[in-house]
Amino acid sequence: MRDFEYDAPTSLADALALLERHDGRARPLAGGTDLIDHVRTGRLAPDLIVDVKKIAELNRLELSKNGLRLGAAVPCFKIYGNPDICRLYAALADSCRIIGGIQIQSRASVGGNLCNSGPAADSTPALIALAATAVIAGPKGQREVPVESFCTGPSRNVLERGELLVELRFPARPANSGSHYRRFIPRNEMDIAVVGVGASVVLDSTGQKFVSARIALGAVATTPLFAEEASRLLAGMPVDDSSITRAAEAARSIAKPIDDMRGTIEFRLHVTKVLTERVLREAVARARAQK
Amino acid sequence: MAKKRVVTTTINGRTTEFLCEPRQTLLEVLRDVLDLTGTKEGCSNGNCGACTLLMNGRPVDSCLVLALEADGAEIETIEGVAPADGLHPIQQAFLEQAALQCGICTPGFIMSAKALLAENASPSEEEIRFYLAGNLCRCTGYDKIVRAVQQAAEMRQEARF
Repeated sequence: MRDFEYDAPTSLADALALLERHDGRARPLAGGTDLIDHVRTGRLAPDLIVDVKKIAELNRLELSKNGLRLGAAVPCFKIYGNPDICRLYAALADSCRIIGGIQIQSRASVGGNLCNSGPAADSTPALIALAATAVIAGPKGQREVPVESFCTGPSRNVLERGELLVELRFPARPANSGSHYRRFIPRNEMDIAVVGVGASVVLDSTGQKFVSARIALGAVATTPLFAEEASRLLAGMPVDDSSITRAAEAARSIAKPIDDMRGTIEFRLHVTKVLTERVLREAVARARAQK
Repeated sequence: MAKKRVVTTTINGRTTEFLCEPRQTLLEVLRDVLDLTGTKEGCSNGNCGACTLLMNGRPVDSCLVLALEADGAEIETIEGVAPADGLHPIQQAFLEQAALQCGICTPGFIMSAKALLAENASPSEEEIRFYLAGNLCRCTGYDKIVRAVQQAAEMRQEARF
């Protein structure tokens, strides 16, 4: 593997100073499941690797009445190992359970999945569906970016030189809400999404009407997509097949997938609609079960 | 070249110090520096699970861990599994069920199976298959491995380990 230096700062300030001093030649390391492979293959060539797992802010996993704060370096297994997160932020836990195998889940973080910015990243549609905000620290201070605006292209995102993703913040889940993430793959596990869909819904107290919804798509464009129109169409609508089908059709209409070995454009468009319907139905069932 | 560093870790219950470069993975150090060659190198990109070991009780692909990250950690490798007087029940079950042929994937499977049974004493077949999905075997077709883990779970239930 390429020669590099390694540092494991224990404070956010030290980490930021290291990133700034190495001006674009340093890379943060959380779980390393993408980074170490990319350095080995030469896709990335850092001079310094900054292990961020010893920084308290990046290890946060705090659930309160104000919502969820998820440190950028928290590994997947800690997320689905928390029963309250599984119940309240189910789409997030769903995605963490299917990222790689168990060995990957022991190390890989949702923050790293987001920063790697793959179009098929499993956790990103879940983050978008759950209205997460990325908290970024850098030489000019701290800023917040809604997750749907974070990725700008394959392996590209809004992070500027010297900036570090610190945490993801999720608003509190309202009553009668439910969420789900699911992907289509030809195997049962250990595969990259052909299409992935995350959705969250809020129902009225009778469970018969959508108050609001958020739908997000993965693997059907150069970045994960927030299906804004599809989400808006559900607000105020009865929970029935026609509302769900209309939203799924709107979601399909924004998909711009590619043809590749995992699926054709035609197939991916079809799966986008079918999967959106199924994910919405599961999110509804979970919202109703919250009562 | 980046300077070598000293890492202090616990491997199979024994405090171990080693020198390594930042770019060396835990897998490389185990095999090339510490002569612990039971952990196998397969794909070296986190797909096959041949290099699985337990780090602070969690199964990880040691090809995707920098050796420096092991500083202060508890590491358990296949060399630490068998007691002095024989085999661990998971190993015994793998033998009895003929759950290996070439054997390259076996240490990784045994480490993952050990982590599974520590978490879930009586996993269903589906749970076993899902948990072991990060370990690839090109010989057995997996059925025998699943049976071996089921047998090991039964042995564990009978308080044999």
